[in-house]
Formats: sequence, C-alpha cells, structure tokens
Amino acid sequence: MNLVELTNEGLYCSAGDFYIDPWRPVERALITHGHADHARMGADQYFCTPTCEPILRHRLGQDIRLTAKRYGEKFQLGNAYVSFHPAGHVLGSAQVRIEVGGEVWVISGDYKRSPDPSCEPFEVVPCDVFISEATFALPVYSWPTSASLAREILEWWNSYPEGPSLLFGYAFGKTQRILAELVKLTDRTIYLHGACHELTKIYRASGVELSPTELVSEQTKDFDFSGQLILAPPSAHRSAWMKRFKAPQTAFASGWMQIRGNRRRRGYERGFVMSDHADWQDLISTIQDTGARRIFLTHGSTEVLQRYLNEELRLDARPLLTQFEGEAEA
Amino acid sequence: MERFAKMFERVDQTTGINEKIAAMAEYFRQEPIEEKIWAVLLLRGRIKQTPLTSRALRASFARLSQAPQWLLDECYAHVGDTGETLALLMSSGIMKLGGGTQERSLHQWLTEECPGLRQLDDQSLDDKLLQFWSSTRPEHRFLLNKILTGAFRVGVSDRLVLKALAQSSGESEAVWHQWLLGKSERDFEELKRVFLGQAPRRETLQAVPFCLAAPLDNAFFESEQPESYFAEWKWDGIRAQIIKKADKVWIWSRGEDMITESFPEIAQMAGSWPEDTILDGEMLVWGDDHPKDFHLLQRRLGRSKITSAILKEAPATFVAYDFLHLNGEDLTHLPLELRRRHLERFVGENPRDRLRLSPLISFQSWQELKNLQQTARERGAEGLMLKRKSADYTGGRKRGVWWKFKVEPYTLDAVLLYAQAGSGKRSNLFTDYTFALWRDQELVPFAKAYSGLDNKEIEELDRWIRRNTKEKFGPVRSLNLEQVFEIAFEGIAPSPRHKSGIAVRFPRILRWRKDKKPPDADRLEDAWKLIAAPV
Ligand SMILES: [Zn+2]
Ligand SMILES: [Zn+2]
Repeated sequence: MNLVELTNEGLYCSAGDFYIDPWRPVERALITHGHADHARMGADQYFCTPTCEPILRHRLGQDIRLTAKRYGEKFQLGNAYVSFHPAGHVLGSAQVRIEVGGEVWVISGDYKRSPDPSCEPFEVVPCDVFISEATFALPVYSWPTSASLAREILEWWNSYPEGPSLLFGYAFGKTQRILAELVKLTDRTIYLHGACHELTKIYRASGVELSPTELVSEQTKDFDFSGQLILAPPSAHRSAWMKRFKAPQTAFASGWMQIRGNRRRRGYERGFVMSDHADWQDLISTIQDTGARRIFLTHGSTEVLQRYLNEELRLDARPLLTQFEGEAEA
Repeated sequence: MERFAKMFERVDQTTGINEKIAAMAEYFRQEPIEEKIWAVLLLRGRIKQTPLTSRALRASFARLSQAPQWLLDECYAHVGDTGETLALLMSSGIMKLGGGTQERSLHQWLTEECPGLRQLDDQSLDDKLLQFWSSTRPEHRFLLNKILTGAFRVGVSDRLVLKALAQSSGESEAVWHQWLLGKSERDFEELKRVFLGQAPRRETLQAVPFCLAAPLDNAFFESEQPESYFAEWKWDGIRAQIIKKADKVWIWSRGEDMITESFPEIAQMAGSWPEDTILDGEMLVWGDDHPKDFHLLQRRLGRSKITSAILKEAPATFVAYDFLHLNGEDLTHLPLELRRRHLERFVGENPRDRLRLSPLISFQSWQELKNLQQTARERGAEGLMLKRKSADYTGGRKRGVWWKFKVEPYTLDAVLLYAQAGSGKRSNLFTDYTFALWRDQELVPFAKAYSGLDNKEIEELDRWIRRNTKEKFGPVRSLNLEQVFEIAFEGIAPSPRHKSGIAVRFPRILRWRKDKKPPDADRLEDAWKLIAAPV
C-alpha cells in the first residue's frame, strides 16, 4: 500500500486524509508553494509555511482557512506525522515529509539547490520514497550561479544608457530573486510592471532585502526610461504595454534560455539562464542524497531521468502523471 | 578566436540589423587579413572541406565522455544542434575538462590544427579533440565545434556580411559580391589579394531586380480589360536571368544565387549571343511540347559537378519571356509590348536548341481565359501569368504590372507518421513532420512538411508529440496514429526514388483536421489519380 497515491484530485495521503497541491477542490490541502499549478482554489482547509501564507492569501483570497506550520515543525493529521522542509524554490516553498508507521515519504514540490537570497535554502530530507520534480532533466541544463548572472544583468543594463532595458521573468519568484541579487551590487531604483508589484511587497514585508522599486504605471507620461531597468512578466513581451518604451533592449530570464534556439524563437535579444528548478546534476545528487529506495518523477522530461536512474544508477524510479507544469516556456 | 567570439556574441545578442552589421564591420576593420578571410568564409558558410563531420564529432564525444549513447541522442534531439549540444554537455560536467585559456587565431585553427583530422584513427582523434576542448575557454567551445564541423549557420545572412564588408572598406556591396562570388578556402591566395586591395575591381554583372507577380484578386476581372494584357502559361521551373557581357555568361536565379555552373549547356549557348544581352525567363526541362518533371532540374542546384549523364538525361531549356538588355541598350524602360517584339526577333535569330519563346495565349474575354486556366495542369503549367502590355520592367513588388493566376493547389488528407525537431529558431520544438497515405492496410510516407501551422498550433502539436511517441530512431520519433492533416501541394509526379512512388512539390499543411480520424485519410490511389496524363 502506497503512502501517497495519484487520484483524480491530485496526490493523496489516505493515512492522513489530505492532499498535496491538489488540482481540484478537496477538504484538506497541503501546499508546497504559491505557484498557480501547485496552489489552486477550492480547498476547505490549507496548510503551508508561514512565509507562504501571505502569498497564498494574496492569490486565493484573504479569507481562506489556512494553518501555517514552521519548517521542521511536526504535526499530526490522522495517522500521519507531517512536516514542511525548505525547497529553495521560491519564498515559503516546502517539501512535504510524511511519516506513517516508520515509513517516510517526501514530496519535493518544485526545488532548486543553487543559492538564492530571496528564499530559504533547500534542505536534504532523508526518506524511503522521494517524489521529485524533473522539469529540466537533461544533462544540457546546468545553471550558472545567480550571483554571476546578476553581474551579467547589471553589465547588460549599464551597456545601454540610450534606451530602456526590459527584463522579462516570472512575476513571482524570478522577479524578486533578481531584485535580491541586484541590491547587493547597486542601490539604483528598478521599475516594475504592475503584475510584479504585490508579490514584491510581500517579499519585502517578509524581510527579504530587495532593490528599491517603483511602478512603471505610476511614472508621468513623459518620464524617460532611458538607462533604466524594467522588470516584467513574459506575458507583457510584445504586448501593448511595451509601446511606451522607445527602442528598448529585451532579455528573458529563464532556464529555457540555456538553448540558443529558444531565445531566438521567442524574439528576445538576450537570455539569462536563471531557473528556480534544479538542473540535471542537482536532480541526480538530490535524489541520491535523500537515500530513497524508490523515486517517483513529476514535471517535464521524466522519461529521460527515469531511464538514467534505472539503468545507470540502478534506482527504482517511475513517472507520476501529475498536472504540474514546471517552468512555462512563455 | 577571442575577438571573433566577441563579434559573434554581439551579432547574436541583438535583433537589430544595423547593430549586427556594425559589429561585423568593426571586426573587419581591426582584424589581420587572414582572420578576416576565415571569418567571412565561416559566416557565409563557404568552407568546402570541413575539418570533421558532425557524426565524427559526436562519436568521439561519446567515447570520451562514456555517457550512454541514448542519453546523448536525447540531448541532440532536444537542442537540435550538434555543436551547441556538445558545448552544453561539456559545461554540465558530464565530461571533466579543464577550463583552458589557450588562445588560437581562426587562421591557426583552420590551417594548423584542423587539417588532417579526418585522417586520424579514433584514438588519435579523441586525444586531439580532448586537447582542443580542454585548452579552449568554455564559452568558446560552441564556436570551436561550429568551426570543426563547418556547420556555421548562425543567423547572419550573406547580405549582412556583404554590407558589413562594404561599410568597413568603402567598396560597394556589389563589388564585394563579385569578389567573393563562389570563393571558398581553396581560393585563399586570391582572397588575400582581394583584401589587400590588389584584386581588379571588375564591373559587376548583377541581375536586374526581378519583376515579380502578385496573386490575382477578385477585383481584377472587373476593373481590367482583356486587350490590355498578355497571357502566358506560368511554368514551374527555375526563374532566371541570363547575362552575356564581356565575353562571359552569368545566370542568376531569383533567389540571387549564381547558378551558371549548374547549367553549363545554357551558358555555352548564351556565349554566342551579342555583347551585353540580358534575358529573363524560366529554366525547364522540355519534353515534346511540355515541360517535364520539376525534380530533374531541382537536383542540379547544389551539386558541385553537373555530369554528362545528367546533361543527357535532363537537358535544360531556357524559356524566355522578357528582354532587358540588347547590345548594351537598356530595354527595361520600354513597354512590354515593344520588349516582346525585340524578344521574338532575338529568339528567331539565335540558335534555338536550348532556347524557346514563352508562347502568348490568345484570348478574347476573361471568361475564355478562365476556362483556359483550368487546363493549365494538363499542359504542365501551374496557372497563368497576366502582364500589362504597356508596363515597363519594374523590379521589386510594384503591384499591378504582373499577375499570377494560379490553379488551386492539390490537397489530400494524410496521417501524421513521424516528427523531428526543427533547426535554428525551432530547434527544440517538433516542427518537421512526415505524412502518410493508406496503401491497403499500411500507411506509406508521401510528403514532408515544415510549415503551415501557426505558433500556437505548433506548440500544441509539440506537446501532443511528446506524449505520443511510439519509438525513437535518432532524432526521429514515430508517433501514435491519431492526427490527420490536410496537405496542400503544387505539383505531383511519379518518382521511383520515393517509397510511395510519387513526389509532390511544395507540400505544406493547409489545416489540422481534428475532425478526422486516420481511417478517414486519403489513399495512395487518390494521389495517383491527381497525376495528369503522362506528358
Ligand atoms: Zn513552482
Ligand atoms: Zn511546479
């Protein structure tokens, strides 16, 4: 009997009668982090970490029933002992550890190992069964550090005083990570698209140190953005919103930028290889570090990683068909 | 290579044409001659003897890294480019390499390091490549791999390179074009004279900008009078201008490629024409009174040598329809009616074994013409051309001078059988599709298509392909048989070289028939029915 099973509603633990990141309305939902494919509306009761709480309330409604549990704090649900552990993905992101009768399962949610000043660092949790994401599970993916990327971003920004520098990246996670890296290098103000605003406020309120920001929409009509850095979500690229910037240079921060063809196809001039997911080496070393006997894989290139774990590392790994989406290619 | 890499980075990291040109021009201004020559040859993809094949490079990497072959294949399929995949894999730690800093110029790479690689046995090649990769800075390994395989298609068009050369030198683009025409690394000494400014500045024999036809719109027949127009068959050949000048012959295709060497028999014929003559027309293989299979000529392009067997099997004929220069006189300002008269006289006075006149079609009314248009396929044409008698020869796309009145494309419903990742911009999406028709209970591939879907559909189909792969053969995936597409194409002909026995021309996806299932797709017999009576 598996401790966690895949049902129509999502990943379900019958011993504790709760779901992890369910995609349909359920009674009890444990949420690994606030990204839309993991945190959905409609649960009667939510559990998450304290830093995840304001994000969840912002996204799902202030009046949801929510219980916050600190990292490492054990609590009982039915016959299961449950705890959250840092996943290093975004602020408040957690792995879920479930223990029933001496058997331990860990659901990773989304995770990364590279240092990120905007969130709690990943922690290895030993377990019997590990459910891992596999968004970037090909050996061509290996990330530079975000500190070195920040220097590249700053250089790119400084190289173009003639016009605005538009950097696209997720409004939640990527934007704040960039702000948290850049504040170490410069005290200049950075301008934000409206979609990045609320979450940036939440990060700041949680005590994450970020570059000073202002909203693009609050500048006067004749404000000159030349030489300024503007952060915006990918959906704003080539939208009407972009019209107010004269002759901008554009870039996209995403793990997919590792491949030249991706950047060219999307029409960005510059790509910064910055992802909030684990790269190939980190996926493999994390899976090994947990000491898990069995591994289930979600998100992305599960077949490749599965075959590699089976054939090269002799590990029992299989795919799990969830509805998580990984890093969208927008 | 450092400066070449910097220049490449600048070109690669902007979408602005002018910045790309400026980056190249700056590089050309500063580099020594040898470096410039190699850079130009690399950027234009004109290295004939590439140091290594992609296959050899991949095989060596597989031996050195000891990574499982299937994993490497997955990576190639995902990235879509050998040089890039290998560079990424080297940085990911799948193979331990020193982060070398040894600097070699392009000239050193291409004249000292690379020659002879092809002759090495596996062991020596591996040693050599390991030493190359280890001593090269990680960020330059992509370019090194590109140099090694000569596959340097990196998004700079020939035009841009010529513009950059012009900007850096004060000589015009056209002069550079002439200087570099057909030049490869084998002409290195000659290229050196060019870059030293010692090459003669020959008069350029550029083609006159081609007069292009616009598709007919509905209003045409209401607003225009039949007697104002000439009608001709629209041939499905290779549009070309033949230029005879200074005792030489140049043949230009519409894509502004020099194709003289592909048509030696035509060049020989034009050698006897009067000085300074330019004709516009269509290169075809002519049967008794119809053009023959279009594949016969297509095959000539891109071949380095046209053998006597090819010349005998499918001799080319130039079907002339316009006259641009005669004895040094520019005719392009004359009305078509007059140019046509000159042309008829010219064709009458010159040897006609390889030269024909594109016949005028006589018609009284638009209705009569529309009826004639319906017979185009039987005559081996793809429709009609209508040209205003009073118009001069205007290059470019000025509307209302020449019109094309094409017959509707053929269409068939076919089943998606295989998919493969695209190249360049679409390198990690599945965008190259193979479609099949039924023969008895079997699906037989009959057409490959790369275009016709919009970006949304491409992405939707890509996701479907990833979930519905049956088997992988290298980069090719065989798929579950579920998707039906309506395929349009311009021509169809028997072809013993294809498994289906037929070849189609310009196949493309017309629409995704989500309303149909594989049993609804067409059969190979349906395709054969489309092949007109043999001509
Ligand atoms: Zn996430
Ligand atoms: Zn996710």
